[in-house]
Amino acid sequence: MSDEPRTADATGSDDSLDAKGRSRRRALQVLAVAAVAPALPSAGAAEPSAPTAGLEPGEEQAIAGGPRGTATDPDLLRPKFTWTNRLSAAELVTLAALCDMIIPADGKSPSASAVGVPAYINHWVSAPYDGNQRELIRVRGGLAWLNTESRKRFGKTFARATTGERTQVCDDICFLPRAKEEHKAAARFFDRVRDLTAEGFYTTDAGMKDLGYIGNMALPKFDGPPPAVLKHLGLA
Amino acid sequence: MYLSSPKSQTQYDVIVVGSGAGGGMAAYQLAVAGLKVLVLEAGRRYDPVTETPMFNLPRQAPLRGAGTRDKPFGFYDATVDGGWNVPGEPYTTAPGSEFMWWRSRMTGGRTNHWGRISLRMGPYDFKPKTRDGLGADWPLTYDDLAPYYDRTEMLIGVYGGDDDLENTPRSSPGVLMPAPAARATELLTKKACDPLGIPVIPAHLAIMSKRQDHLTLPKKIHPDNRLAQRVLAQSMLQRQACFWATPCGNGCSIRANFQSTTVLLPPALATGNCDIVSDAMVREVMVDAAGRATGVRYINKLTRTDHEVRARVVVLAASACETARILLNSKSTSFPNGVSNSSGLVGKYLMDTVGAGLGAQIPALENCPPHNQDGASGMHMYMPWWLYKEQIGGQLGFARGYHVEFGGGRGMPGPGIFGGLENYTNGAYGRRFKEEARRYYGSFMYFDGRGEMIPNEDCYCELDPDVTDQWGIPVLRFHWKWSDHETRQAAHMVKTFAQVVDAMGGKVNGEVQTDGSKVIARGGQIIHEVGTCRMGTEASKSVLNEYCQSWDVKNLFVTDGAPFVSNADKNPTLSILALAWRTCDHIIDQLGKRSIG
Repeated sequence: MSDEPRTADATGSDDSLDAKGRSRRRALQVLAVAAVAPALPSAGAAEPSAPTAGLEPGEEQAIAGGPRGTATDPDLLRPKFTWTNRLSAAELVTLAALCDMIIPADGKSPSASAVGVPAYINHWVSAPYDGNQRELIRVRGGLAWLNTESRKRFGKTFARATTGERTQVCDDICFLPRAKEEHKAAARFFDRVRDLTAEGFYTTDAGMKDLGYIGNMALPKFDGPPPAVLKHLGLA
Repeated sequence: MYLSSPKSQTQYDVIVVGSGAGGGMAAYQLAVAGLKVLVLEAGRRYDPVTETPMFNLPRQAPLRGAGTRDKPFGFYDATVDGGWNVPGEPYTTAPGSEFMWWRSRMTGGRTNHWGRISLRMGPYDFKPKTRDGLGADWPLTYDDLAPYYDRTEMLIGVYGGDDDLENTPRSSPGVLMPAPAARATELLTKKACDPLGIPVIPAHLAIMSKRQDHLTLPKKIHPDNRLAQRVLAQSMLQRQACFWATPCGNGCSIRANFQSTTVLLPPALATGNCDIVSDAMVREVMVDAAGRATGVRYINKLTRTDHEVRARVVVLAASACETARILLNSKSTSFPNGVSNSSGLVGKYLMDTVGAGLGAQIPALENCPPHNQDGASGMHMYMPWWLYKEQIGGQLGFARGYHVEFGGGRGMPGPGIFGGLENYTNGAYGRRFKEEARRYYGSFMYFDGRGEMIPNEDCYCELDPDVTDQWGIPVLRFHWKWSDHETRQAAHMVKTFAQVVDAMGGKVNGEVQTDGSKVIARGGQIIHEVGTCRMGTEASKSVLNEYCQSWDVKNLFVTDGAPFVSNADKNPTLSILALAWRTCDHIIDQLGKRSIG
């Protein structure tokens, strides 16, 4: 039977949207579209609508169309975040400390926790899909391990440890091929959290700006790469 | 108009089952010809103009928009109630077979999310058996379909180049729209491919790089048909040119690309000759004692009630596999094996496209100056198959070709970005991770081969004797086996990509797999299922004649991918559209002569 889910479930999301940045981007998009789009004629724009009197329940829906709000037919314009987050407040404190070890603030952009990445990872591991539920176990186990290891080494939780102390722990688990046997499981955990942190961070406005992503805006024409790019690539 | 059930007082001329590429084209062509058309769509009414949040970002969606079992190609993908699993509508695979079946349940079907790649089949592709002795020939030639390709491209809007390469036909002058400028990744790839003798040329995609000329095109497309000219001109006026942003696969609210819901169904409805009933799952074709189709039986999914509707002609365009399923389920004493199946070939010779890919990191693209490379979201350039002579000379070890779709670079950061970066940075984290991310962003590329599969006896679908869906309709069971032609082709793809990456000074992600059976995509995974009701010149060896008309039931036609006799590396949608148009001309001609219906 192929009616069972086969696809590995990926990744997650955060709830901390930068409302200012978004509204500005949208305003620019509207302007850009207005600049290139000729006025739409109204002729033939409306399809004739059918009589709805005397229909059986549910039949109006057939004529009206539109999303039905199920998991396989969600309203794309008004996304719903339907599941309950699973990580505890204490787990989130540890997670935030780890996320900021992976992506700290620097001169160009803020830290992971400053743009809501721990909340995104919480959302991700709380999703009702098999892959995400496996990740919940891995992330929870890894967070517990971080505190146990930190207490053994420094007598305090990972979040209370100094940056230098945290670095000692992270250095042992940051690259699976080089991790010692007793650190392999923790290294797998770290690897996954690093991926999720990067995904959460670089999909925010601050993250996209940090990378220099330019796009998602209406253009009247597509010009191809500018001269500086051609020069950089040896194509000038 | 959209109805919840067919107008009881209307005698429809034609019932069209399905509203995607083949169904949308049939509805449009038959309605502008003045025929009364009823379209039955198994999914819900869907409108990309009102439902598509074009500029919304990954972070505004659950899981950053990533794919799940509910939305396998991501939250924003224009697929309703579908993907690899349709709720309540399973399919099965025979022991030892792997097959994946992508469906959607919405008006417009899979044209809402498809890749818009619109490559014509070439002269060789219609006569593959004549050329190399394998598979079967089509009962028509490239020259038969070429005028329909021209008109289809003008109708839907296709950008592309003017190259004229072997078995890679050019369009007639003035048919295509200009291709967009190449991206940095595409230029860099072309530079590396030129010395290797691999052509990198403008791709053909069903995306409008400029607006259609609503004053002249409708007259060219429909000479002598005032109704068609009027509704098509109206439709063209509602379509905008591409604004070079946002993924086509999410649907296009400005109607700049081809999807049946924005290009074919609106003008069909505007004729006043076409009704669409959504949520209508067709169970079977009804046939009378004289062996003529009288209509179809379907389930209204919202009320869970069964219905019959009659017409002079039935056109099936439910998708290659779903069409075969309807025919096989149309059993009666006259047709114990299903309708139009006297040859026993319904469901047989199912084909998909061969797929294999490779990812790579290209140092030349590191630290590239920021610039906008979104473009048409799909490819601006591609590599058509180039080794025809070596292949026919027997030097390659596999009989048919592939084209290459490639891309990467500075796309919008989304789910999975920087997964695996630790392998390039020895596990960097902290400030160094951010520096490495800036360096490596935009330096990753992918190369995907899309190749021709040869039809074989081991790839087919049939009714599962034990399983029905939630509507009580027996489901399909798939049988699948690649032959050496496909696995060797897949290995050749990967080897070629590694050469290209090497020529670009890049590094392949992971190891280059030389065993084709380990890199080839699963059957159905490329979502190019065709075959199952092949056309031919003899009733005993095919299901349909050269006009996609049933040999057994003269007023029954098929306009989806089911009639395909071979599955060239060229993505099938454009050919489905052109073939559907040709079939409709035949239906109109036959109805006019009272030969059918």
